[in-house]
Formats: sequence, structure tokens, C-alpha cells
Amino acid sequence: MSHKQDVLPSARAHIETVEMRGITKRFPGVLANDHVDFDVHAGEVHALLGENGAGKSTLMKILYGLYQPDEGEIYINGQPVTIHSPSDAIRLGIGMIHQHFMLVETMTVAENVALGLPSSRGFLTDLDVVSQRILALADIYGLKIDPNAYIWQLSVGQQQRVEIIKALYRGASLLILDEPTAVLTPQEVDELFAIMRQMTQDGHALIFISHKLHEVIEISDRVTVLRDGRKIGTRPTSETTKSALANWMVGREVALTLDREPVEVGDVRLALENVHCGSDRGTPGLRGVSLEVRGGEILGIAGVSGNGQRELAEVITGLREVTEGKVILEGEDITALLPGERTDRGLSYIPEERMKDGIIQDFTVAENLILREHHKPPFSYRGFLNQRFISQHSAELIRAFRIKTPSQKTLAKNLSGGNIQKIVLARELARHPRVIIAAQPTRGLDIGATEYVREQLLEQRRQGVAVMLISEDLDEILALSDRIAVIYEGQIMDILPNENVSVERLGLLMAGVREPAEAQA
Amino acid sequence: MITKLFSSTVILGILASGIRLATPYLYAAIGETFGQRSGVLNLGVEGQMLLGAFAAFYVSWRTGNLWLGLLAAIIVGAVMGLAMAFVTVNLHAEQGISGIGFYLFGLGMSDLLFQKLVGTVKTIQGFPALHIPVLSDIPVLGEVFFSHNILVYGAYALVPIAWFVLNKTTLGLKIRSIGENPQAADSLGISVAAVRYYTIIQGGILSGIAGASLSIGLLNVFQQNMTSGLGFIAVALVYFGAWRPLGVLGGALLFSMVNAFQLWLQVLGVPIPSDLAVMLPYVLTILVLVAAASKVRAPSALAKPFEREA
Repeated sequence: MSHKQDVLPSARAHIETVEMRGITKRFPGVLANDHVDFDVHAGEVHALLGENGAGKSTLMKILYGLYQPDEGEIYINGQPVTIHSPSDAIRLGIGMIHQHFMLVETMTVAENVALGLPSSRGFLTDLDVVSQRILALADIYGLKIDPNAYIWQLSVGQQQRVEIIKALYRGASLLILDEPTAVLTPQEVDELFAIMRQMTQDGHALIFISHKLHEVIEISDRVTVLRDGRKIGTRPTSETTKSALANWMVGREVALTLDREPVEVGDVRLALENVHCGSDRGTPGLRGVSLEVRGGEILGIAGVSGNGQRELAEVITGLREVTEGKVILEGEDITALLPGERTDRGLSYIPEERMKDGIIQDFTVAENLILREHHKPPFSYRGFLNQRFISQHSAELIRAFRIKTPSQKTLAKNLSGGNIQKIVLARELARHPRVIIAAQPTRGLDIGATEYVREQLLEQRRQGVAVMLISEDLDEILALSDRIAVIYEGQIMDILPNENVSVERLGLLMAGVREPAEAQA
Repeated sequence: MITKLFSSTVILGILASGIRLATPYLYAAIGETFGQRSGVLNLGVEGQMLLGAFAAFYVSWRTGNLWLGLLAAIIVGAVMGLAMAFVTVNLHAEQGISGIGFYLFGLGMSDLLFQKLVGTVKTIQGFPALHIPVLSDIPVLGEVFFSHNILVYGAYALVPIAWFVLNKTTLGLKIRSIGENPQAADSLGISVAAVRYYTIIQGGILSGIAGASLSIGLLNVFQQNMTSGLGFIAVALVYFGAWRPLGVLGGALLFSMVNAFQLWLQVLGVPIPSDLAVMLPYVLTILVLVAAASKVRAPSALAKPFEREA
């Protein structure tokens, strides 16, 4: 047998159809899936659309054997099957590309692919054989990859290819792709879609989970919408539109475009001059960043994850040491100031990791709302907290920011992601900041909460606040920013006014290519 | 007196006893290396060693058969490992705390059994030195390297075996992946629980043998708390060795050589307080760990219980 034959997916039972019927899954207090029907067949991309918590992931985890359904059946090629574990799913020809990659960073591509598979050499590993097969597979699907590279050396897009190869290597006939585009540049998304088309032509069935409507329209043949654990419906993609899908998904009319009215731009509120800093990995984090944000404008920072966005937010807020250069807030050099001293000068921060850095999970809503100002009157006098004022203050903020919570004494960790972000927003915005650093402010939020957060940022802009929006979601950058700075490997590639900017241009900048000519060379 | 320290007899003596003294550290630390590479921190090594030491001593003393004694240490170590695995894998216990619990259990239990079953300190005839033919006749080197008991050779043989298993086998691949990213291993159908049970039980067995190497190999007695911190040093050696068998070997040798050196200092009556001399290896451990701290990276999932959720 030649290697080429070895690697072809036909080695496994081919999946013609998969049907999930009446799937119900209950978690304590939540009905995650309520009698959901779903089917997919060879040669198609079936998109699964829904907000966070709609039950998409639960449904797919059931199909992949990570959860057991409380009710309902699964049929493959018309035969009933039970899937108790991922190894059952793999044996049946089902593969899953998880949103958070399931890769071991300290191991090589070949080791990651070989993991858990029987080796041709018994208890010894056969990494050279695995490497050859990876190369053969990569050849068929146009996936460029070095089997001996360590995962940590690869870009996010390349890591995703490793995940796809892992599934194909195991003979997956059906591939579940869980929000695969969330972390990719526009060019990488195009490449992924090309690979997906190649796979469907080859007879694979693909399930594409997403909440990005234009991607669903572009790549899928059919689309199923879930809401609150229930299936709303399935339609051929060609018979639907973005706005119809959005309304279906949320259950009401949604404004897909935000109203970013012109605002008079004021003085420079925040400036960085040639800022350098390190990163947690010991490599340079920022390498000579210079930029300005003026009152009444939103400066968007676009870039692929891990290119210095975190470090940028941290040097401005004072959480990371600047090794060279200056941070200037309203004309004052604040490079040497402590985070609290910067806060006192009107800097607000919406951190990227809201559960870790945005709130204290085991504190109540009211306590979280006063984290910034608790040591000052009127919240406290001579070290004693003024409980009556704190309670009154949090009641006001809960109302003003429409935070859904049973009470102000509820522990913050018990709220939904959207409401936790509203706590952060309430705390950071109610103090009338001069400058706001918003890092990934809508990541992981549903459409409703996302809409709310974006409107709040635009409201701050209207009030003349300088806003720096750091986001890996290019659609968000384009919707909100007045100017767009692209960050790549700790440097600002370019700063463009947000007028007729081409996504291709941004994508190239995000990949580190400054001139379009370079791309062709 | 100082010049005496640099005589060839003394230097060879230090080398020979350093090589011998490294034995319990190697068994325990190699066992711990496997556990930590799979993401489990076992701080109960010391307790497992004490029970292993007692079991080996008691059974050898009663039966006169050292191999039965060794087997008893292996069984006791395996049972301790099984209990540790149940507590950390199934009950998701905080590993540092439960490890200390197992240490205290082993400390108290071994002493209780000793008081009840043996009573007074007794010596036994431990494993004899095994002179390897030809090699042990080499002048000087033969005495240093090839005239030790079987448990000493076993400890050194374990190092390349451990390296091979971790780096060249499918089992090693599973162990390493589970210590770094158990979710990834789980998603590929590998049983995180089964692999951790394996490494923890194997760690228990090796700790038991480490104890036996003291009570029926090197010292040939059992005394209350006879390990006196040795098991904790073994855990430190895993960090010292950057989770690699060869690094652990280097650490164990360095540590035991310094230990042998301070013993000889006392034997020769070098006029420094014995307390200071005894401190030497421990101070060295702290210094090396501090120096190494920034350069090595622990397995990402170390000491984190695994639960399937995302």
C-alpha cells in the first residue's frame, strides 16, 4: 500500500448523512437544547448560527461525544448510533476543530497529530511515518505545514491547519468547525474557505459554527438558527439574507449598522512616543509605538491576536513597565506613574479578560462597582466604607446600565458575560473619564450585549472622550473607529482614516505586509 | 586537616558515597518526574518513602528475604499511589495540600507500626555490594563505580529508561500531552484519568523502592522519620532537573556529592560546626533552584485537576 492511499479518508466509513433528532440536554437550571433536529450531508457546508448560549456548542459537543443527550437520537447513514466519547466520534468519522485549539504547544506538529493514535511500531512512536503522511495529506488539500515545527512557533492560522490535519488524519468524514474564523485575518479566512470548498468537493460534510453573518452567507449551503436552546429553522442559504438571519437569531429587529455621526475632534488626550516594552515571554512586546488619540475620536487598534495589543493596553494603564519612550496623558508625562495615579487623572480601562482583570468574581455587584473609587469620599471616610452611599450608588448604576442581576448583593461571577461587562462599563464610564482604553470589549458577548457596549463607546465619543478600541474583530474596528492603527509584532504598521479603507489592505497590514507590491513579490 | 581533605582517598570516598547516596533521590525523583509531566504534583513522596522503608525493613527482618522486603515496599508504594490517585483524579483535591496529608499519614503510620511491631532499633543485613566482574577490578574506578548494591545500579538504570519512555514511546507522548494540555488529550480520546492513575501509582512504587533503598540497602535499619526531608528534596530535584530525567540525575548527583562532602568534613573533624556542614546541601538546593527559576517552565497543567468542561 502506498502512503498516499494510507492517508485518504476513504480508509474510514464514509459519512453520507448525519441526523440528530429531538436532542434535549439539560444542565442545572438551564435547558441547553430543547428537542433540536439537525442534519448534514456529504458535500455541503451547513452553518449553525446562534448567539452565545443559544445551544450551538452543546449540540456539537453531543455530536462529538463530549456530552450525552438527555433525550434524542443520532443517525449516521440512517443507522442509529450512540456516541459516548470523542474516541467513539473519531471512530465513526467525526472530527471537530475546537474554537480554542486543542494543541499541545510544547510539542511538534507530528507529535500532536500522532497523539492518541496506535503507532505502527507498537509502543514506540513512529513520528517519521506520521510526518510523511502529514505531508501527503497537506499536499492533497493545499495545507502548507512543517511536521517538525513546534506549535508555539506557528501562527494562529497555521495552528488551525494542524487541527484540520489532525481530523483528516483520523479519517474524519464529517468536520465540525467551531467558530473557526474568530481568530483569523481576512486573508486567512479566505484560505480557510478555499480549504473548506476543497473538502466538500472531496465529499466531506462540514458543520460551520459562527455568529458572523456575512461569512455564513459566503460559505454555507444551508443554515440552521438556534435561539435559547431551540431550533428556529433551517433554510438554504441562497434563500435568506443577513438581516433576516440576524432577526431570526436575536428574535427582534437588529440594527446591523451603527450610527457614527460626525463629532468635533478635540485636543490630543493620549499620546505614545516611541514606546518600547517587554512581554511575558521575554521577547519584545512593543517596539517603538507612537500614536495619538484625541478627544471625541475612537482610534481602532486592529491586529491578529498576540501582536502587542495586550502590552499596548498595559503600558498605557501602567500595568507594564515601559523600557523606552513616553506615555503622555493630556500633556503630562505619566510614564513613571502608578496605575492608580493614572486612574485619578481620568484614565479608564475595560480589560480584555473581564472575568480575570475586569471584576473580582467572588465580590458582589455593588463591591465590583466601587473597585476604582472605594478609597475616596463619598464611598468611604477615614478608611470606613459608607455602605448607605455605596448601596445607593450601585442601585443607580444597575438601573442606568441595565445590569440584569437578582440584587446588588449577588456575586458577580453568577451573572452572564454581557452583564459582567456592563458592571465593568458602569464602573469605568460613570466616573466621567478623559480617556478610555477598551480591549476586546465585545468578545464573547451576544448580539444584544455587543450592540449595547458599542453604543456606550459611541456615546463616550459624542461626549468628547478619547477612546482607544483594541479589537481583533475587524468588523467592530470598521464599525466604530474614526482612524485605524494596525499593529503587527509590536509595531504600528500604519494609521489610516476610516474612510473607504479596503479590508484587503488592512488584512495585509495585519499580516505584516506594508505595501501591496510586497505581497506579489 | 584541610590537606587531608584533598587526598585521593578522601576524594574517592566522597565520589563513592556520593554515587551511593544519590540512590533514594533518583528513585523518588524519577517517579515524581513522571507524575509532574502528567500534571500531578505529589508532595506525599516522603510519606510513601517512609512506609516503603518500613515495609521493606519489617518483611526482610521477619522473613530474612530481602526480595520479599523489596516487594512489600513496592506493594505499599502502589497502594499509597492508588489512594493519592483517587484523591487527586476522582475527587479533584488540591494536590499540594493532599500531598502534605499523605506525608503526615506516612510519617505517623510508619512510626506507629514500628513501635508496635518492632519496638527498638534493630539492624539487618541489607543488600550486599555487588562487585561487577572485571569492571570492579579496575583500580580506583572499580571501587567508585562498580562496587555497589543492586538497588544503586537499579537507580542509575532507571534514568535512561525514564528518558526513553518519556520521549520515544506513545505512552510518553500521552503523559507529556496530559501535563501540558489535558483538554487536547481528552479531545483525542485519551483517558486523562487512566494516564494519571498510571503515573501516580508508578510514582508511589518508585517512592516505596526509594524508601527500601535506605532501610535495606544503604542504612539497613528503620528509625522514626529516617528519611528526614529526603522525599521533599526529591520533589525539589524534579524542578532542579527541569522535569527531565537527565537533569534529575545531575541534580541528585550534585546534591548527594555535597552531602558526602559534608559527611567527610565531619568524619575528618574539620573544625566547622556540624550544623553548618549539614546545612550545606540544603542551602545549595535553594540557591540552585533560585538560579534556575527563571529559565525553566513547568508543565502547564501541573497541579491542576482535570475536569471535562469548556
